[in-house]
Amino acid sequence: MSTTTIEVKAALNGGLNADSREAPLSSAQIIDYDHRQTVGRITVDNPKITCRSVNVYYGEKQAIKQVSLDIGANEVIAFIGPSGCGKSTFLRCLNRMNDTIAVCQVTGEIKLDQDDIYDKSIDVVQLRARVGMVFQKPNPFPKSIYENVAYGPRIHGMVNGKTEMDELVHDSLERAGLLKEVESRMEEPGTSLSGGQQQRLCIARAIAVNPEVILMDEPCSALDPIATAKIEELIDELRENYTIVIVTHSMQQAARVSQRTAYFHLGDLIEIGETDQIFTNPRHKLTEDYITGRFG
Amino acid sequence: MPISHDAHTVKQFDVQLANLRNLVLEMGGLVEAQIHSAIKALNDEDVSAAREVIARDQIINGMQVKTDEDSVSLVALRQPLGSDLRLIMSLSKAVTDLERIGDEAEKIARMTVKIYDVANSPPSAKLLRDVTPMAKQAIDMLHGCLDALARLDVEEAVEVAKGDDELDQEYQSALRRLITYMMEDPRTIGNAIDVLFIIKALERIGDHSKNIAEYLIYLVKGKDVRHVRMEELVQDALEGE
Repeated sequence: MSTTTIEVKAALNGGLNADSREAPLSSAQIIDYDHRQTVGRITVDNPKITCRSVNVYYGEKQAIKQVSLDIGANEVIAFIGPSGCGKSTFLRCLNRMNDTIAVCQVTGEIKLDQDDIYDKSIDVVQLRARVGMVFQKPNPFPKSIYENVAYGPRIHGMVNGKTEMDELVHDSLERAGLLKEVESRMEEPGTSLSGGQQQRLCIARAIAVNPEVILMDEPCSALDPIATAKIEELIDELRENYTIVIVTHSMQQAARVSQRTAYFHLGDLIEIGETDQIFTNPRHKLTEDYITGRFG
Repeated sequence: MPISHDAHTVKQFDVQLANLRNLVLEMGGLVEAQIHSAIKALNDEDVSAAREVIARDQIINGMQVKTDEDSVSLVALRQPLGSDLRLIMSLSKAVTDLERIGDEAEKIARMTVKIYDVANSPPSAKLLRDVTPMAKQAIDMLHGCLDALARLDVEEAVEVAKGDDELDQEYQSALRRLITYMMEDPRTIGNAIDVLFIIKALERIGDHSKNIAEYLIYLVKGKDVRHVRMEELVQDALEGE
């Protein structure tokens, strides 16, 4: 497995063999290379994830074009862009959620610390324990509140005995800011909670397995402003211990929670920069047009 | 990123931004007319015209309040970002300076009323000699920054900013001359101080015009050029032009 930046052609010539990168692409798929150069600094001093020349194809269609980007340790980075720009697709590459889509192929290099996450030696289940995910719609398991949180640690064999599990469940709910609200009703179904509580339950579930990175795909789009504010406050607290990547359609939310913002457009990473700079003084016209609402 | 001239998807936002900009430019035009009238009243020794200038300052104050209200509601209702945000912030700041320029015009008018009041002996032409050239410079600067604002012209804004140094030097020379007259003949002190207030007002108009020029550079270039050396201002403003 190549560990340096992978030339896509090399990948196409069968230089790679791991899972979704395995199938060689037809020549028709590689000619679309007029991708746009990214504006802004893609590297950070203390990267947690490094992505280099990442391409994603859904069958014939290229959804991500040559994206290179570092995600810094303990930062909140927001991905913004119009629908279909590839921001969710790129997010899903970071814990190989795209593996589940048959026609989806990923090329390029994505490293978590020093590990190439698409290397065949990588156990995807372990990877997803390190890189957790929170989805758009809260999706608690049809189990009790307690079991929703306990499930992950149990299948990963992280705890010994009930006392330890109780502690972990409480600790996770506490960190997700939900403990006080559910303490007295741990055995009730997770689905009995309100939308905002369910989403915090999903975050508690994600952090119970002690991940290093949390991916959030529009975590507040189904929530009211108060529940949203609670999640945003939580994101800010979680940043101390985790790296957070958030995809959001709300520019105000990106502005509120993130330190850096990446703007995607038609599969290209157009611009990356400090959130403050992106929203007050973007350098690329496409970014400017998007954030000011000038898309025709 | 230079500011975008494309239309917003929400047309009403374009209309509101255009209205805000027009209101500020209209206010600028009125302020400019006030300076002209104040200087003309002074030159013509026309006390009643000066009183009209004083009365009209209320209109300018009203426009300042209206512009601020409109800016606040635009921020609240549209959550502007990028160049839209810079536009609203710059206009909102420019309005404060325009209102102050209006106050300076009022001050000049008040001095006119004072020195041409029948009970006083007015200052000699010698004492007033710096007023006309300084007024011309101040009015040129104000006109320049409003023009730059209307056309989003950073080059013109740079010229305005440069002009402020010249006006400051003019003020210093005029001040020295007034001090000399006062030392030569202490009886001129009263009148010389009145004239000093007038030229100080003109010098302040230059400062406010420079501020507006700086907001315009921020609006167009996204670079804050306040409190930087002139070379830096020129470089930031003209980069990529």
